[in-house]
Amino acid sequence: MKKIKISKELQNKLITCGIVVVFFLIMQILLMTGNLSSLMQGLLVPLCMYAILAISLNLTVGILGELSLGHAGFMCVGAFTSAFFSKYMMIVAPNFNSGLRFFLALIIGTAFAGLFGILIGIPVLRLKGDYLAIVTLAFGEIIKNLMNILYIGYDKSGFHFSANSSMDVEMDETGEFLIKGPQGITGTPNDSSFVIGIVLLLITLIIIINMVQSRTGRAIMAIRDNTIAAESVGINVTKYKLLAFTVSAAMAGTAGVLYAHNLSTLTALPKNFGYNMSIMILVFVVLGGIGSIRGSMIAAVILTLLPEWLRELQDYRMLIYAIVLILMMLFNWAPKCIEWREKMTAKVKIKFNKFTKKEGI
Amino acid sequence: MAMLEINNLGISFGGLRAVDDFNITIEKGCLYGLIGPNGAGKTTVFNLLTGVYKPSEGIIKLDGKNITGKPTIEINKAGIARTFQNIRLFQKLTVLENVKVGLHNHKKYSTIAGILRLPSYYKVEKEMNEEALELLKVFDLEKEADTLASNLPYGKQRKLEIARALATKPKLLLLDEPAAGMNPNETQELMDTIAFVRKHFDMTILLIEHDMKLVSGICEELTVLNFGRVLCQGKTSEVLNNPEVIKAYLGE
Repeated sequence: MKKIKISKELQNKLITCGIVVVFFLIMQILLMTGNLSSLMQGLLVPLCMYAILAISLNLTVGILGELSLGHAGFMCVGAFTSAFFSKYMMIVAPNFNSGLRFFLALIIGTAFAGLFGILIGIPVLRLKGDYLAIVTLAFGEIIKNLMNILYIGYDKSGFHFSANSSMDVEMDETGEFLIKGPQGITGTPNDSSFVIGIVLLLITLIIIINMVQSRTGRAIMAIRDNTIAAESVGINVTKYKLLAFTVSAAMAGTAGVLYAHNLSTLTALPKNFGYNMSIMILVFVVLGGIGSIRGSMIAAVILTLLPEWLRELQDYRMLIYAIVLILMMLFNWAPKCIEWREKMTAKVKIKFNKFTKKEGI
Repeated sequence: MAMLEINNLGISFGGLRAVDDFNITIEKGCLYGLIGPNGAGKTTVFNLLTGVYKPSEGIIKLDGKNITGKPTIEINKAGIARTFQNIRLFQKLTVLENVKVGLHNHKKYSTIAGILRLPSYYKVEKEMNEEALELLKVFDLEKEADTLASNLPYGKQRKLEIARALATKPKLLLLDEPAAGMNPNETQELMDTIAFVRKHFDMTILLIEHDMKLVSGICEELTVLNFGRVLCQGKTSEVLNNPEVIKAYLGE
């Protein structure tokens, strides 16, 4: 019996990673044969990024069971710290190996986002439910706005800071802006690629799936299901809540690094790091199935591609998008629909069993 | 030495004196009952014992060690495990996983080992599975090991809660109305289970119960609470025949 269980767990993991690999191969073949439109080519890295965001938020919302609306804020931290580092490296050491530079930027972005996760998590995780959602929302906005007022320049004599205007950054003529307030960081190297995105997605997937199916994950899910009981069996609630929240934030930071290095200009707009973004990630998680890592990943891909595919319909685009959202919600959550789905899977299974028997496999 | 020694325990919620001057001594291996009418403060005593509430005064000693006012986690580590009046299982985890959560502090590997699937992960998980299945066998739950806890019938949920509590390897087990909502057959089965647990694990048990059949059937000693105060204390048969106790339960 135990053997079956282990293989089931492994099977799940293989299916999830298999989907990613197959998706990667299809896209790669299409790319090589030149059948991919430039629009789709531009979407490849964002797709990986959204998928990482969705599965990382699922750790907080689905596994830990706390509603966080500030996920874009952590992504913002990852994006800006890594872009800052890359830009700095480009000025200081232009001939530095770009692969290694991106790797370092990745670690820095992820680590800083994780650090912010800890700093914000400590006060925020004392709250529960709606209150936690509201406060995380506020922190997300604060981070975004902080990036908008930050001016950092660099010249021979070192760094210069200001939180006021570009005039207040006193640099000599050799100086260059690293972060220029609302204009953000310009000239970030385009180090992201589809391959890197897929690799990062796979790493994120494996980390989260392995974590969930371990002692740590069980403790986190126990807290979600019943905090009082979890405490009564000796689980350190604060520690595991903070751990889940931090890992989730750090992975949002990874997505941010991918984002920052996919564009040459990085600005903190409401569109990319604001409330809308956080809600969009949450929509991926809710529609893909709260707690379902694979589902949220697939939902992220579908819901990112859909608006682009519907672009030809112009004004009706968002209308159809909304209808699809409602349909997906019904498909996932309506009791009748769940019943129907269970029936169908049972039918398919029976047919499949008959088939394998006939074939004598 | 007594397993549990409580001296002059008390707590107030605003003007309400929920528990007042509560004293109890439970010897090792004893099966002790705590009874009383609704609202007498029985569950409050449990909550004080497990650190959910901090007592206003009094001293709680477990196996000679002072645990007064410590946080719940520390008290669990010191050796008190409990079940709840309204069942609190980890609903979306399987039966086996519920017990494995109970083993959390006894079988350890780091988060990193879990993520990277280091050898220690496989080794400890294997030990955990074995130990958890053994515990489930005691409660006749091993067939349901992969069922979600929320899908278990009521009686088995109660049993699973006890199994989970025992997984933390306590010295003292607190059962809060284990027979609540059970039919006579299930109650009888539960009585057997409790008696078995006590023998098999050499466990000291303190239980709250309303079912007099269960109380008189298995408890050796009783304490009766009424309005937060101890009404009567002693051997079960003596206590149940005490006119004061009968008055508190049945009225004049």
